[in-house]
Amino acid sequence: MNLTLKIWRQKNASDKGKMVDYKISDISEHMSFLEMMDVLNEQIINLGDEPVAFDHDCREGICGMCSMYINGEAHGPDRGVTTCQLHMRSFKDGDTITIEPFRAAAFPVIKDLVVDRSSFERIQQSGGYISVNTSGNTQDANAIPISKEAADKAMDAATCIGCGACVATCKNSSAMLFVGAKVSQYALLPQGQVEATDRVLNMVAQMDAEGFGNCTNTGACEVECPKGISLENIARMNTEFLKASLKG
Amino acid sequence: MGLLKSSIGRKFAMAISALFLMVFLLQHFAINLTSIFPNEGKTFNALSHFMGTNPIVQYAIQPILLIGVIFHFVMGFVLEAKNWSARKISYAKNNGGANSTWMSRNMIWSGLAILAFMVLHFIDFWFPEMNTKFIQGDWSGLHNGELRYFEELQHKFLSPARVVAYVVAFVFLALHLLHGFNSAFQSVGANNKYTKGLKTFSKIYAIGIPVGFIIIALFHHFNH
Amino acid sequence: MALDSKVPKGPLKDKWTDYKNHIDLVNPANKRNIDVIVVGTGLAGGSAAATLAELGYNVKAFAYQDSPRRAHSIAAQGGINAAKNYQGDGDSFYRLFYDTVKGGDYRSREANVYRLAQVSANIIDQCVAQGVPFARDYGGLLDNRSFGGVLVSRTFYAKGQTGQQLLLGAYSAMNRQIARGKIEMFNRHEMLDVVKVDGKARGIIARNLVTGELERHSAHAVVIASGGYGNVYFLSTNAMGSNATAAWKIHKKGAYFANPCYTQIHPTCIPRSGDYQSKLTLMSESLRNDGRIWVPKSIDDVKAIREGRKKPTDLSEDERDYYLERRYPAFGNLVPRDVASRAAKERCDAGYGVNATGEAVYLDFASAIKRYGTEQAKIQNISNPSEAKIYQLGQAIVEAKYGNLFQMYNKIVDEDPYRTPMMIYPAVHYTMGGVWVDYNLMTTVEGLYCLGEANFSDHGANRLGASALMQGLSDGYFVLPYTIGDYLSNDIRTGKISTETPEFAAAEKEVKERIDFFINNKGEHSVDYYHKKLGKIMWEKCGMSRNEQGLKEAMAEIKALREDFWKNVTVPGDANEMNPELEKAGRVADFLELGELFAKDALNRNESCGGHFREESVELDGLQKGEAKRNDEEYAYVSAWEYKGEPADAVLHKEELEFNDIELKQRSYK
Repeated sequence: MNLTLKIWRQKNASDKGKMVDYKISDISEHMSFLEMMDVLNEQIINLGDEPVAFDHDCREGICGMCSMYINGEAHGPDRGVTTCQLHMRSFKDGDTITIEPFRAAAFPVIKDLVVDRSSFERIQQSGGYISVNTSGNTQDANAIPISKEAADKAMDAATCIGCGACVATCKNSSAMLFVGAKVSQYALLPQGQVEATDRVLNMVAQMDAEGFGNCTNTGACEVECPKGISLENIARMNTEFLKASLKG
Repeated sequence: MGLLKSSIGRKFAMAISALFLMVFLLQHFAINLTSIFPNEGKTFNALSHFMGTNPIVQYAIQPILLIGVIFHFVMGFVLEAKNWSARKISYAKNNGGANSTWMSRNMIWSGLAILAFMVLHFIDFWFPEMNTKFIQGDWSGLHNGELRYFEELQHKFLSPARVVAYVVAFVFLALHLLHGFNSAFQSVGANNKYTKGLKTFSKIYAIGIPVGFIIIALFHHFNH
Repeated sequence: MALDSKVPKGPLKDKWTDYKNHIDLVNPANKRNIDVIVVGTGLAGGSAAATLAELGYNVKAFAYQDSPRRAHSIAAQGGINAAKNYQGDGDSFYRLFYDTVKGGDYRSREANVYRLAQVSANIIDQCVAQGVPFARDYGGLLDNRSFGGVLVSRTFYAKGQTGQQLLLGAYSAMNRQIARGKIEMFNRHEMLDVVKVDGKARGIIARNLVTGELERHSAHAVVIASGGYGNVYFLSTNAMGSNATAAWKIHKKGAYFANPCYTQIHPTCIPRSGDYQSKLTLMSESLRNDGRIWVPKSIDDVKAIREGRKKPTDLSEDERDYYLERRYPAFGNLVPRDVASRAAKERCDAGYGVNATGEAVYLDFASAIKRYGTEQAKIQNISNPSEAKIYQLGQAIVEAKYGNLFQMYNKIVDEDPYRTPMMIYPAVHYTMGGVWVDYNLMTTVEGLYCLGEANFSDHGANRLGASALMQGLSDGYFVLPYTIGDYLSNDIRTGKISTETPEFAAAEKEVKERIDFFINNKGEHSVDYYHKKLGKIMWEKCGMSRNEQGLKEAMAEIKALREDFWKNVTVPGDANEMNPELEKAGRVADFLELGELFAKDALNRNESCGGHFREESVELDGLQKGEAKRNDEEYAYVSAWEYKGEPADAVLHKEELEFNDIELKQRSYK
């Protein structure tokens, strides 16, 4: 198929950036979206220009590195996939595809489609862990039984890949699905209880300090999340936060 | 108050004020509904007089309500402003319709429409009421020896322009509630097995109440 | 230099305990004055960085991604082995040790593997304490499943995302230390060389991938945990950025590189669909528990299927060749990875591949669905169930077991694997070879350590399923923190290492010159052009089966390709900015050297063992005719290669492998 691509080009963080049009032809519908980008870049390099920079790594939907806003949606029009799992069969011959970086004040553009998601790192560092040192004599893994339901729910929350699609999608650039998922994972497990109060307060404070917007429950994040993280996690974080605020 | 500095605290406060306003709205609707009872506004007048003169309603509930309304609006604007600044460059192409409802994305606009309506509503009813009671000191509720509320109500709905404005405003209210009702529950952390049922109920409420108000307005307009 | 594995004396089961009891320790106050660099933040690097920081060392950790959480350990699906014996099915340290050594075709170091088995149980305890949500049964206790080629259920798992959950556990432990200031995290940084001072590793040169700036970082010890080199094949299940640069750079600075030819080719990956393919996707090995692998018996049917005239479901049972069940009646579809991969290649080479590229076989769930459906109908007391009902019931069971994998397949291939058989083909997945390390995980350079997939130590010539995660975490959480302390106890008086020394300046200069070369060399071919060519040589001549002639050709072709690369490669953009092409150029340059050493090692090892299959070394008669033949008399050693300029000139050092606690046997799956 033949396509027109409108791609955000920005040399570096201080450059203003603009949309640039590219034509690309003979794209197979079996290609992944990023393979299409590879073909485009090969074409650009052969013309002696600089290829489009974009983040990607595992190309199997788990590392959370890829981050494109395609035709107005994070990770493109397909559901339950990351950009790397999106295939060209989701598009038609002659389509114009708009490709932009994830946009949020807390995700500044580094170059072209590459954004800086270190705000997520700082949120995790503010409390996204259980304080346990490595030692050969932590108590036995089966010492505390955890109900299957709680373990499964914690797992569902823990499948977040930290890609930032929730933020990119949210009209408010809110990070609450991401933070909610992490808070939930620990809130659901007995191991996470000891530090639960400080954890939620600190993580939310850091989230606010990073300049993410506030959640208005549009639910867009849940729809666009490649791992289907549920809004339930935001509700749980809200309760955890209130409990913690009243306590501490 | 430290709570109100955090995003979740504010979200919670928005929800609590919203839930409060929704209870008020239901109460308001219930009283208004009596105005179409076939007893020439007798029940309506009696209830209106009670609400208008009862000290608890006037000195306790009314100020709380007023604060609730103002708070909900101000906080709404504050949050909206913060949310705008959370994305400095907007997307060249954004397909919000693919993942969320129009209502959820436009709460600020439905909210502003409701605000505009409230200004009108205040001019129509609340300011004159305040004037009568607190400035002129007339707490009798009488006009020409009869309770005046029903007649005032009928009078206001004579103008087709006003009725149209009311209808439009209530359509916006419905849109606002269609997202807001559920959203408030989600914000206070209620997302569980009852959520599905709650969603159905919220649709009934969000459409039923504004439609009811519209019917009342039309009823009075055409019955006169 | 003679290789000294430094394996402690004494009985196998007491070695590690005795070792720990007798090493030198560094007191807490002194740890504060000691810096350690960790390159790579996957399971091995991440767990090592966190643990060293907890102990009190100042850690500097480096990752080329924007977060430690994105290291490719995250992609491991199936699970992690541990000798917990929670199922009471007879598991023990010895059994896990035995299975691992046997699975590795007797080419790993006994003492290391036994230690791995011993600490495996601690890993599970540690991860649960960190909040890793492993799968549990209804009683709230941890669940296990069984995995390729072993007789017990010892695999712990978190849905199909075990690697992700374990990495997030290690990442959270790192985050805690980053918040405390004990780990300084350098994301989007790539190590481009190691710096040696007086023969000891004392720092690295790293490039900031955002600004392009070259940075000098010093430390008292350097730990490399940068993963495997599967991307030497261009197409593999590795991440796009996975590279051998850190490992190769230290090799060039004196660390011996061991067994580069041991590569694991995983049998169940989604086949290539065209030349534009950038990477291959693995489908968990667990699918082989229920899927049956086949190709058509008749070449006419193959043609008909390729041309779309027939569908696989049109073929009756007699028209199908379930070749694994035919060749290996005892293990059938559950033969180890290397055997299953070679068998698929054999059929496809004979022309029976079922897709357009001729490189695919079927993995069919129809009989499993039918079997489960019939069983369910009985359980639910449905008498005379219709075919459709049975199918529906069976599909539900298969979906519960493999739903996410089926969905992934469907997304990529756009075919419904519940209705038509999956197509699979082997792909490069893991490299057992790597930097040579002794029992302490130290390389042949003092103060330079190597962990996880980047080292060679534990998996011999073939890795068992669910063992990579175990090794990475064992190295990082439980082994290195002890062994490095023993070394660093000599460094308590050294003080801060300066980066303003001739050694750092020289290393930086070398790195800079290379970068400048790439930027200034306005050649005519992109980096990928060379990488793809290299991959093709590797796959065809150093792939699933190898022979002398092919390997010799490979060495010559890779050398020629490398020379062409250094003349004609083009790298757009500048050095002082984010430049993904420049990053790739450096990595491919290293692969172009490693590939040749790989072929040389494969050529040297004229025996078939594990993932390394030499066509010259097969059983000539009897039941095992045509199967791999190991040669313990001549090749029971580790090949450790010393760098001498050109890969072809590398010098072989042998570490003879001694097996005192295990009897060497020929593997048989017939």
